[in-house]
Amino acid sequence: MNQSQPRLQVRDLHTRLLQASGALPLVRGVSFDLYDGQTLALVGESGSGKSLTALTLMRLLARNARWQCTGQALLRDEAGQTHDLLSISSQDMRQLRGNRVAMIFQEPMTCLNPVLPVGEQIAESVRLHRGLDRRAARAQALRALEQVEIPAASQRLDEYPHQLSGGMRQRVMIAMAMVCEPQVLIADEPTTALDVTIQAQILQLMSRLQQQTGMSMLFITHNLGVVAHHAERVAVMYAGQVVEQAGVAELFAQPAHPYTQGLLACLPGRARQLAKQTGRAVPLQDISGQAPAMHALGPGCSFAPRCRASLPVCTAESPPWRAEGSHRRLCHLGEQP
Amino acid sequence: MADWAGALRTLAARRVVLLALVVLAVMLLLTALGQWVFAHDPMAMKVSQRLRAPSWSHWSGTDELGRDITSRIFYGARYSLGIGAATALLAVVFGTLLGLLAGFFRRLDAVLMRLVDAMMAFPDILLGIALVSILGASPVNVVLALTIVYTPRVARVVRASTLVIRELPYVEAARAVGVSTPRLLAVHILPNLMSPILVQLSFIFAYALLAEAGLSFLGVGVGAEIPTWGTMVAASAQYADRAVWTLFFPGMAIVLTALSLQVLGDGVRDLLDPRLKGAT
Repeated sequence: MNQSQPRLQVRDLHTRLLQASGALPLVRGVSFDLYDGQTLALVGESGSGKSLTALTLMRLLARNARWQCTGQALLRDEAGQTHDLLSISSQDMRQLRGNRVAMIFQEPMTCLNPVLPVGEQIAESVRLHRGLDRRAARAQALRALEQVEIPAASQRLDEYPHQLSGGMRQRVMIAMAMVCEPQVLIADEPTTALDVTIQAQILQLMSRLQQQTGMSMLFITHNLGVVAHHAERVAVMYAGQVVEQAGVAELFAQPAHPYTQGLLACLPGRARQLAKQTGRAVPLQDISGQAPAMHALGPGCSFAPRCRASLPVCTAESPPWRAEGSHRRLCHLGEQP
Repeated sequence: MADWAGALRTLAARRVVLLALVVLAVMLLLTALGQWVFAHDPMAMKVSQRLRAPSWSHWSGTDELGRDITSRIFYGARYSLGIGAATALLAVVFGTLLGLLAGFFRRLDAVLMRLVDAMMAFPDILLGIALVSILGASPVNVVLALTIVYTPRVARVVRASTLVIRELPYVEAARAVGVSTPRLLAVHILPNLMSPILVQLSFIFAYALLAEAGLSFLGVGVGAEIPTWGTMVAASAQYADRAVWTLFFPGMAIVLTALSLQVLGDGVRDLLDPRLKGAT
């Protein structure tokens, strides 16, 4: 395996919602690389375009709306050939979906078909992609359930989703995604709907599966604590753009974008740390204002109205990318005067 | 689904549903075995015995031509129940197909549903009368006409449920696994529609029973020579003031069967909710 080549290369991804009043840009020029065995965390607040980025990559955008997607998402298969997820035919995409690129959704309660036994739902993927018969697919499903550490897996195969707890359903979802051993796993807030102890178990499970299979993971979350423990790289999204991208340690130690700085300052742990240093109670920080309306974005930096360090240039011109090594940010600040 | 005995037990646990099941079972049994159970030939006329009140030899009395009403009811049940069942099955098959396509494909929706709206604008019986007059009075044509009348009703219900189900996350999840559209419809959406569909099946069976009776009563049904419940009620109209049993017993057969079917439909709907299925 060529470690230096990314498994998935996303370049200048734009997703626009086409409306009668015009095209609404919701994902605006997202670029990142995913490497084998690595986890890239995509963080940001609600509505920043995280999930939309994932759905665009999977070509699963809601069918009752009209979308325009541009850019490239190059997936390298085991033979070294690249497929652009955004431009291949929908037949080809269907071959990749669930097979080479899999996705886990946020709601384990509603993402399983209530009238099919879970074993059949897991087996469906291998039957579709590997052409296995019912028996062989069932054996694969059983193996997948054992892999996600579900107790009494062989009994669970014939159970219906309502007979399983939330954590078990999420394990089933993971088994469904993993049964074809995908190279890229997109996890869209896989633990948000679970309680904290189950969350930790599921995250551990996902890390272990990643180590075993060497897949790369795009992990979408708004939980910075999860990011710190489970990701190698972080991309911070704001208003449809990635505004900062860096290794985890670097990002937490030296956040370069004012938005990232603000996010980290908001963490209760940070306030507690400061309180210890100063000996006084420190109020929780916040970022004043709210995320911009996507149909009324100005020419400048989308974060400028809320930014504490905003300069005149910030509202006038869109910020450039600046990079120090692999630490990149989208900001005017730090320019030489 | 595999546990039929368990399903039946769950159904029968509710008194009303149990009663409905018993009524329907007795009705079917007597319909099948009627010619051995009842002493009288349903077609044999005996003018000396005309319009006799219910007695030991004629449990439901006799009609204007001296025919035994009990044996006629269970002989006629073959036609009445047959027409009801055939109509219900056909209407559900076509209605489900239409509704599924209309609900899933937005482009088809506009076209199909306007057609359905147009059909539903006619009152059921009126449309039935018109169709039978065009096609001609015969059991097959009554089934055809009633199928055309009830298909839009099923299509509407199925479409509405499809609209809900196709937006559910598990449909998206199935797509994320790489499921093709036909398979998505057949494996992931259709099974989730089973409970409204089965309820429609039993309701339309009951409606068709009543509609057939209505059409026959109005003289555009299966033809007077075939003893369906509807033709029996129709024929009794002239004598009902003197011999109320000629109206009462065929009428009761219609009412009991239709009611039992509706109750059974409700029971089945409750049974089919997988969350109520018990933890076995």
